[in-house]
Order: sequence, then structure tokens, then C-alpha cells
Amino acid sequence: MRLVVVGHGPAAHRLVEALRERDTAGAWTVTVIGEEPRTAYDRVALTTHLEGADLAYPPHGDEVEVATGERAVAIDRAARTVTTSAGRVVPYDALVLATGSSPFVPPVEGKDLPGVFVYRTIDDLDAIRAYADGRTTGAVVGGGLLGLEAARAIQGLGLRSGVVEVAPWLMPRQLDEGGGAMLRRHIEGLGMAVHAGTPMARLEAGDDGAVARIVLADGNAVDAEVVVFSAGIRPRDELARGCGLPVGERGGIVVDETCRTEDPAIWAIGECALVGGMVYGLVGPCFSMAEVVADRLLHEHFPEASTAVFEGADLSTKLKLMGVDVASFGDPFAGPETGALGVTYTDPVAGVYKKLVVSDDARTLLGGVLVGDAESYGTLRAYVGGNLPGAPEQMLFGGTEAAGGDLPGATVICSCNNVSAQTIRTAIAGESLTDVPGVKACTKAGTSCGSCVPLVKRILDAELTAAGIEVSKALCEHFAYSRAELFDIVRVRRITSFTQLVEEHGTGRGCDICKPAVASILASLGNGHILAGEQAALQDTNDHFLANLQKNGTYSVVPRVPGGEITPERLIVIGEVARDFGLYTKITGGQRIDLFGARVEQLPEIWRRLVDAGFESGHAYGKALRTVKSCVGSTWCRYGVQDSVAMAIRLELRYRGLRAPHKLKSAVSGCARECAEAQSKDFGVIATENGWNLYLAGNGGMRPRHADLFATDLTDDELITYIDRFLMFYIRTADRLQRTASWLEALDGGLGYLREVIVDDRLGICAELDAAMERHVAAYSDEWRDTLEDPDRLRRFVSFVNAPGTPDPSIEFEVEREQIRPLLPIRPVTGAVSR
Amino acid sequence: MTAPAAERSAPAAPGAAVRWTDVCAAGDLIPERGVCALVGGEQVAVFLTHDGDLHALENLDPFSGAHVLSRGILGTRGGVPTVASPMYKHVFDLRTGRCLDDPSASVRTFPARLHRGRVEVGR
Repeated sequence: MRLVVVGHGPAAHRLVEALRERDTAGAWTVTVIGEEPRTAYDRVALTTHLEGADLAYPPHGDEVEVATGERAVAIDRAARTVTTSAGRVVPYDALVLATGSSPFVPPVEGKDLPGVFVYRTIDDLDAIRAYADGRTTGAVVGGGLLGLEAARAIQGLGLRSGVVEVAPWLMPRQLDEGGGAMLRRHIEGLGMAVHAGTPMARLEAGDDGAVARIVLADGNAVDAEVVVFSAGIRPRDELARGCGLPVGERGGIVVDETCRTEDPAIWAIGECALVGGMVYGLVGPCFSMAEVVADRLLHEHFPEASTAVFEGADLSTKLKLMGVDVASFGDPFAGPETGALGVTYTDPVAGVYKKLVVSDDARTLLGGVLVGDAESYGTLRAYVGGNLPGAPEQMLFGGTEAAGGDLPGATVICSCNNVSAQTIRTAIAGESLTDVPGVKACTKAGTSCGSCVPLVKRILDAELTAAGIEVSKALCEHFAYSRAELFDIVRVRRITSFTQLVEEHGTGRGCDICKPAVASILASLGNGHILAGEQAALQDTNDHFLANLQKNGTYSVVPRVPGGEITPERLIVIGEVARDFGLYTKITGGQRIDLFGARVEQLPEIWRRLVDAGFESGHAYGKALRTVKSCVGSTWCRYGVQDSVAMAIRLELRYRGLRAPHKLKSAVSGCARECAEAQSKDFGVIATENGWNLYLAGNGGMRPRHADLFATDLTDDELITYIDRFLMFYIRTADRLQRTASWLEALDGGLGYLREVIVDDRLGICAELDAAMERHVAAYSDEWRDTLEDPDRLRRFVSFVNAPGTPDPSIEFEVEREQIRPLLPIRPVTGAVSR
Repeated sequence: MTAPAAERSAPAAPGAAVRWTDVCAAGDLIPERGVCALVGGEQVAVFLTHDGDLHALENLDPFSGAHVLSRGILGTRGGVPTVASPMYKHVFDLRTGRCLDDPSASVRTFPARLHRGRVEVGR
């Protein structure tokens, strides 16, 4: 049977993928006709196109025919054919319209002037970028979600930017007046002008005939050489109109709850569909419609009919808009006329606005708005329609550590993939799932935006506990203890070897999970060189060869460059070493130089040259301190207020070689402009007029997290004392491979508790933590220098034990951009084991 | 294994005449680590377990295509002696070469023995 899909946006892409995944019999032959010159892409992330992001969705398999740059122009329902702009006549057995929407441009004078754009496709963005070049002012008409994003994008192109919104406040469809006002303060703080509450009169042209300003009804004018309309969408329903299918009064192809039009062979999904009197503009509901139609199509000609229906959608939203958290859930507009009560909290200093709407007995949560701090969004949204576990004001202040166990079954946990709490619970019980990856694979919950994963974890833990299954903290099959517990065992019992630990407190002979973890604990407690004695057998290959394993079995080498400061002579040495050993060189994000392609037997020769020139191990291979990045600071910079380079070097030399549960990164910025990006580091330092601000537990990587401001205006010594204690407390209590960010998130009492431990010495352990760090500093010794001085250890650095001079013949390179790149002899079979 | 420590060896293929290649001195092996040897032009990973057993496997990690198994971490899984590839952490049974994380994959094994203080690999 032939399925024709008109349009290739996110909904169409999801439909085709869902069908392909489940149509194992190959019942449907799929043809897609899309008018854009490219295949489907992630329209939600459209703005990132300007930053160079590749938004393309993965292509369908070869069996799906996708025509791009070709528009469907007519449907012949009697003949069941679609005619395209290329003159093709394509027959169908089922037709799905996924034509999306077009931006609404109000009929205002001057709307067709040069310099006026809409914000919908990659082509629109490319046109805006090209036109903006050399111009200085821009404005967006429409202060909704997409409009604000467009305004930020225009600012990113170097233009003075602003927003014109006819409603009295920003994001009127999601936020109440208080939330809109707080958002406005944030937006204005970013240097954008906000004009709300006044309709637009006309667009005026300048001398060159192109648009130059927006004139408002009150006579004021907003200078704008680039004007972008983002004032809502209109469903693209012209094809349906053309063939006599019913459409809504304000547009939209009328479909029933199965997304079928009155013609049983024709369906409509996504923003072009009018279902239950609504047009949905969020991607979540559009995906749900695609899934419903895929299910219906698969069961079309089978005895077992599909019962999938589109049941409407949760329009709750949470997003980070220009760095500001904004969330809206449930019905945030319910007022006293329905007996609803609003509880609000405003902190103008921090820029936070929170509002909960509850029933008149203050027990049932109806909806809410969060601006500036939306951390509690996931939990609060899950309680909409249900009984609050505490007083509303308590919920506002983050007292929301809800047990996932008592959430109503119908609560949608993952709104991207429409997965309810009940679905997750059924999967956990039915499939005997015991971990989050299992739940994700089985239910798809948490696989899109990931914001619901903490909630999924809570439900899982609650279900396991209820089933009498203990939520295991065991490191692996060899130890029934968490890393923190093992750390205490090793420390208190003064254990110095893995053999002693596993024989007295574990089973078997360990594995690649517990051995490196124990090696790290032994190293953190100061047990000599990491390759000494039995410790050598515990180390991961990176620590064993003191270098980083790369995909073809070679290693990379990173000498330490404290604070990123390096003399010309040392730079020349790195260049000479790279040249003489034929290594690929790349500057790292941590202000160092990485040398790739070294074989094991070359590592000692390379390091002899580096050590002779004064370099030390950079520990890029270890779960240890990596770098302390810095900006140039007050020595050179016109704006710097402290010597950030000197502080970065001091910190890097103090903590070099410190073994931790995971890698540690740091940075020091010389002023509030934050050029060193310290707030994305495990410990970040930002200079103030009076000293240093300390930020803790930031993270880049897969799950970025801004560091929390821990203390302000510290002296040099205070700063170092706090960092000493923070690091040692983290090393003692964190789980294996737990970065400081998730450690702090899991720490009972959070940042406040951490302050009590580190500043107020609530646990009475500060003296111990300080002493531990002093021992580390005193015992530091360069691992590579020590290795070069030990002939026994050097003998391990051979490719072949019976042919020490022979290089590994399987390692081959080709040349790309004047440097080597690895040539793999065979294709890998599959990906990594996930643990 | 019941053989005396000095003669402990992994089994040879039944019925085949084994040709032994001298690889290194017994003291060159670190317990619970591997080395790689060239045996007839082939890369063979040789491991010494905590119990003193010798195992020899093909050095090629089938999942990455790199010759790195000799650099993996040794251990046990449910009592089975194992090595974890350092590349993507797939775990292999030292006795059979079977991948315990993906039963469709395996690496070849070779007989290995301690003979008069020397480590030998058979083919």
C-alpha cells in the first residue's frame, strides 16, 4: 500500500520513523513530498542555526522516497492522487497532510517593505542574517516565545534589538502579569527594549526605500532596519480547502480524535490539524498525533484494529529563554471567579517570580508560573490536578522533594513522548526494570529533552522500594558498598591494597569498575606513585600508560601548562617534539596542547624531552585535576580587577595530581566579564574589586550546569581554604564517576549544608580536611619524572614484550590538512557498553 | 587447574600438535595485567591472573578494530576470569574468548604455559 506524506517537518519525520520502526512486514511504501529545499530538521532549535548548529534530523532509510523542493499543489480525492509543482501525479492509498503552519503577518501598512521578515525556516534565518550585515537596528513584532527567541537572535547578529508586543506583557499566553513583568526586567537587563501594550500603527521606510522604523499607535517610533514578524501562526490548510475537506473558521484541517479527516483515506497531523477545536503549536502534541496516525495506519487492514486516539495535550512549558528560566503549567490564569487562589512570591533582587494557583481549600494544584527559577517545575507540573503534599508556600520555596511514588497514574511525566506515571510503573513491573536506562529504552520517557529524568528516577526508586527490592548502592558485583562507604573503610581501617580490601570486604577479584575506583581512593589517601606495586594492576589503561588512549590504540600526551601561561621557549619545545615524533597537535579547551598518535614505546622518549624542558604531567589521563583556565587578568586587561593568571597558576600547582571520583576542572576570571568561563567549572573563581567570588559545582559537558555562588569577596587565603575543604569533602563522599555538579544536587541540604560544613565546620571535620590537603600538596611529585627514573616501570612501555623495538604494524595513518589522522584496519562492530 | 604452578597452562586445541613460541620471562608479567607478544606475525595478548593462571587471547578488540585487549583490566564476573577491553569496556571470558556483554562476539584463544621460568604461547 502506498502512503503519501505532504510536508517534511518534525511531525512528518516522526510519523515516518514510527511507521518504519513498527511496519516490520513492509506493508507501506512511503513517499514524502516537502516544499523546503532540505529534509526535516529540528525547528524547535531553529535559532541555533545562526550559531552553526546542524539541525537536520537523521535521514529515513533508503526505502522511503523523500522529494525536497517540491510542493503538493492539488489533491484528487476521487482518483486518490496528489499533483506536485514538478508536474508529478503521485497515487496514494493513504494520504497524511503534515503541511505545518505559516507565520501570521498582520495587515499593517508597510509589511511588504524590504527588510521585513518572518521567523520560521532555515531559509528565513539565512535571509535575515544576510540582510542584517552592515545594519544596526532591529525589532521583533510579537513578544511570545518564538518572538523573544528571534529578538535574541537579532541581537546575536550585532544589532540593537527590541520587542513590540500588543498585549500588556510578554508571553501573554503562558504568563500572568507578574511573571511577564519579571521576564521584562530580565530581557531589558540583556539590553533589549520592550514595548508592550501599544498596538502598531505602521512600518515606515527610510530614504533607501527599505523599512527604517515601527510607528506605534501612541505616536512613538522604534528604529528598526530589520523587522521580524512573530505574531502567531496560521495552519497551512490550502490543500485541504482546494479538495473540499472541512476546515475550521480560523483555519486548520478538521480531524477527529484519530486525526482522520472526513475522507477516510486522508489524515492531518501537526500544526495544520484542528483537533478538538484546537491547533497545537508545540512539538510534543504534534509528535503524539504522528504516533496515533502511525498506529492507525499499521492496523488499517488487520483484524486487530487500533484504538490509539489523540487525547489533547498538556501545554505546560519550560524553557530557558536567554538564560532565564521560564515555566508555565496547568491553568495559571484561573481566578477568584472559579474559587481559585493565587499564591505568589517575588524577589526583585534575584529576578525571581513564582505563582501557584490552587483550589479554594489550598489542597489541589491548578497551575502556576515560574520565572527566574524553574527548578521545581518537574515536580509541580506532576501535581497539577492532584493534592499538594505540603502547604503551597512551602512548595514555592522548593520544599518539593516529592516521593515519585504517590503521583497519580494519569500524570504525564514525559511530555515530549507523552509517557504517564502509570506507563512507567507498568513497564518497571512487567519488564522487571531496575535502572533508568532500562526505563528509558522501554518507555521512551526522558529520551527527548531529558528534563523528566529525575522524576523517572524517583518513580523507579519508589517502585523498587515498594516491591521490596532494595535500591542498590553497590559499586559492582564485588563490593556491596558505595564509593563513599569504601572510602571510609579504606581510610578508617588504613587499608593500603586492593587485595586486602577485596578479601576482607568484597568478593571475587574485582573488575574494570571497582579496580580504578579503589585505585583512585588509594591515591586520594596518599599511597605513593599510582604505578607502584599492586596499584599498577588496578589502573585503567590511561593511568597505566599515563596518557590518553585514542580509537586506534595510540595515545595522546598533554603536558601541564598552569593557568594557560607558557613561554615561547616551551612552546617551541612542544612544537619540536610534535614534529620529531610526527604527532597530530590540537589546542584543547583547557588552554593546553594535546599531542596525538603516540605509540606506547614512544611515550617515554616523548616525555624525556618534555621533562628536560621543564614540563610535568598534565593528568589529562586521570580522574584528577585537569586545568585551571584563566583570562589574562589585571596585568594586561583594561578591565581586569585582580591578577587572575597568578591565582590560576597558584591553584593549579596546589591541586595538580589530586585524584578524585571524576575529573576536576577550574577557571579564574579577572573580572565580572567572565572570559575564563569559571561558572561552568567544578570550582570557579571570579575577581571582584574586593577579592574573589567562589562558584562551586558547575559543569559543561553532556548536562551543563551553572556553578552556584558559594562565597563572595574572599581573600586569597580564604579562597584557598574553602576550595581545599570543598575538594576533600567531595573526594570523600561522592559516588564513582560523580561530577561535583550531580554530587551537590544529590547532597542532602544542598548548598546551604555545604556552607555549614565548609564555613561553619558543622561536622567538625575541617581540620581533618585541611590536613588531608596539606598532605597532598606536600607529597606531590610529577608522575612522569618518577616513571622516567624507574627502569622497571619503563620496561612496560613496549608494543610487544618479545620484540621491544618493533612498532605495532597495525597502527597506520593518513594525512589530512597537513597532519596525521588514524586509519582503522577494520570497521568496529558496535558501540560502547553502557554502565 | 590442578597442574603444579610451574607447568600451568591453558589447554591446546584437541588433537593439534602445538608449536610453542617463547614470549618472555615469567617475571616480565605483572599479576592481573597483560602484555602483547608477536607470535608468528600475530598479536597475542598474554595475561597472568591473581591465581597464577596464564591465558592468551587474540589482541584485536572486535568492537573497536584496535589491537588493545592486552591493556585491559583483569577481574572476575560471577567467578569467570575476565578482561575488559580498555576501548569500550566490553568484557571477555579469558578461558574461552567469548564476549560476556555481547555473546555474538568473541576473540580467538591460544594455549599458553609457564615452562622452565619462561612464558610460552602455542599455535
